[in-house]
Amino acid sequence: MSARVDRTPTLSPLTRRRLVHGGLIAVAALYVGALVLAPLIGIAWAAISAGWATWRETLTAPDTLHAYLLTAIITVITVIVTTVFGVIVAIVLTRDHFPGKSAVSALVNLPFAVSPVIVGLMAVLLFGLGGWFQPWFSAHGIQILFALPSMILVTLFICLPFTIREVAPVLQELGTQEEEAAKTLGGSAFQTFRRVTLPNIRWALLYGIALSAARSIGEIGAVLVVSGSTTGQTETAPIYILRQFDQSHDAEAYIVALTLAFASIVLLAGIEFFKHRSETRRSR
Amino acid sequence: MTNNGITVQGLNKRFGSFDAVQDVSFEAQDGKITAILGPSGSGKSTVLRMIAGLETPDSGRITLAEEEQTFAPVQERRVGFVFQHYALFRHMTVRDNVAFGLSIRKEPKAETRARVEDLLELVQLAPYADRYPDQLSGGQRQRVALARALAPRPKVLLLDEPFGALDARVRQELRRWLDDLHRELNVTSLLVTHDQEEALELANEVIVMHAGRVEQVGTPAEIYNQPASPFVAGFIGAANVIEGSVRDGHLIFGAHRLPGATHLDEGVSAHAYIRPLDIRLVDPAVANGHSYAAVVERVNDLGPASKVRVRLADGQPLVAELPNEDLPVLEAGDRVLLDLRNVKVFEGEGAEVRNAAPLSEEG
Repeated sequence: MSARVDRTPTLSPLTRRRLVHGGLIAVAALYVGALVLAPLIGIAWAAISAGWATWRETLTAPDTLHAYLLTAIITVITVIVTTVFGVIVAIVLTRDHFPGKSAVSALVNLPFAVSPVIVGLMAVLLFGLGGWFQPWFSAHGIQILFALPSMILVTLFICLPFTIREVAPVLQELGTQEEEAAKTLGGSAFQTFRRVTLPNIRWALLYGIALSAARSIGEIGAVLVVSGSTTGQTETAPIYILRQFDQSHDAEAYIVALTLAFASIVLLAGIEFFKHRSETRRSR
Repeated sequence: MTNNGITVQGLNKRFGSFDAVQDVSFEAQDGKITAILGPSGSGKSTVLRMIAGLETPDSGRITLAEEEQTFAPVQERRVGFVFQHYALFRHMTVRDNVAFGLSIRKEPKAETRARVEDLLELVQLAPYADRYPDQLSGGQRQRVALARALAPRPKVLLLDEPFGALDARVRQELRRWLDDLHRELNVTSLLVTHDQEEALELANEVIVMHAGRVEQVGTPAEIYNQPASPFVAGFIGAANVIEGSVRDGHLIFGAHRLPGATHLDEGVSAHAYIRPLDIRLVDPAVANGHSYAAVVERVNDLGPASKVRVRLADGQPLVAELPNEDLPVLEAGDRVLLDLRNVKVFEGEGAEVRNAAPLSEEG
């Protein structure tokens, strides 16, 4: 409709430009809406129409609770590790010069490029029967594969890039002058980090944390390969959804899916909210 | 009372294969402003950063306030450092920026507050205490940076091109203001700048650096009137260069001879530096043998003075800055007689010397 109006020669250039802009906005809104919002509404609708009784039953079942707990444990550990090491790697990559730096920088992106299933297979290769590290761990009575450690390891691998990719460009842009100023004013390395560097990277860091958390909440491919998915033992929330869906328990699957999606959305929206609030408070 | 001067001896610093600083020695006197003047890449900022402890020298010795500090950590040197691009903490208010050095040293809260208020008063920014750096102008930011550097009562103040990022009018203003402030505080200050006017106006002593070395140390008047090297003569005051050769203690070019080459060997090629302000018109009626014929090429009226481009009889160009007061009307093609004063003659060809490494006779 608007495309036909567009070509009418009587329209002023300004009107035409507005129409083009309006059209682009409509395309963007439709694209994002159709691909993101519609499925979300679909899940929400399916979950809500399951009814209150099914909700209560599902959310109080021991298997469900165990799946939530397992996902929570994996997520918390992943977030802590990727935050601490992510900041260290980001600082090293932006502040230091060493041979092989560009190789390290490229390696950081690798988890994005590799399918999670392959990540799972790599872990099996290393820790499974006949794997490189299996004899040592077996001898010490430590179970890696088909247990929590391997599930955490593959999730760590997959979530490694988020914090680094968010924080490194911000550090790069910040430069070192504020840190140098803090040092000339007597600040130790730790004081300088805590009082100057950290406040400057806090939003990037929080984004990295939110993305890592959202990804580890939802991660299934690699975890499925290494977990053995034993119900009540190594079954995470996403694996639980998959199993319920396979067994035609659609309502349970929708309900847990909605809660997971909700958790991730709350994470991302929360950061946007606090960032916006701190910005408006500043420019008051 | 201790002497809060700065002494630097035989400082060297290489970055990869680039000799940034070579055998630099000088002294900055207690309570005075000393300027390090040089073009970009001359190593002046590296010297300042080594004094602050932000870079480590490869060799040499740095003494601050009678204590050797060559390899001391930056935190222990008690220097105030002002950066060209302010380097204010962007997430802190003006007040918190100024208080930073005091709160790091865990000074009592009440004293910190009083000192910060005093300093904000001193830099005339008290009404802006609760603003953030990005809500201030460049000149205001640099005043905050100065207050922040002064807050922990540093023994010396190091300023790295402090006015370099500001526009001309603000630069003038801040220069005058810094001069007043220094009169009040008398803190030993070392100022790095590429702006000769800034160095000559503010400093008690000027260190001219070029290609990693010290070319000359002296008072502003000495640097201006007795340049010790071709580089200093050419760098200070936008000098004209005349090339020729030496005969009888004179620089010979075309049919002309300039005095002032008695220190050079007969027959060597040499060049002379003449500042535009050291050129005067001579009335033909009173001309003696010491004036030089030239043809006017172009006249630019600058208000109080005119910039006159002329060509000497042998074809070498000169730029003169002549006061408009009693300046006859000049047009392109007019023949004039010039008096050339304060001529400095150095050995070698001008263009070559200016681009090459500094001559060996200078330290």
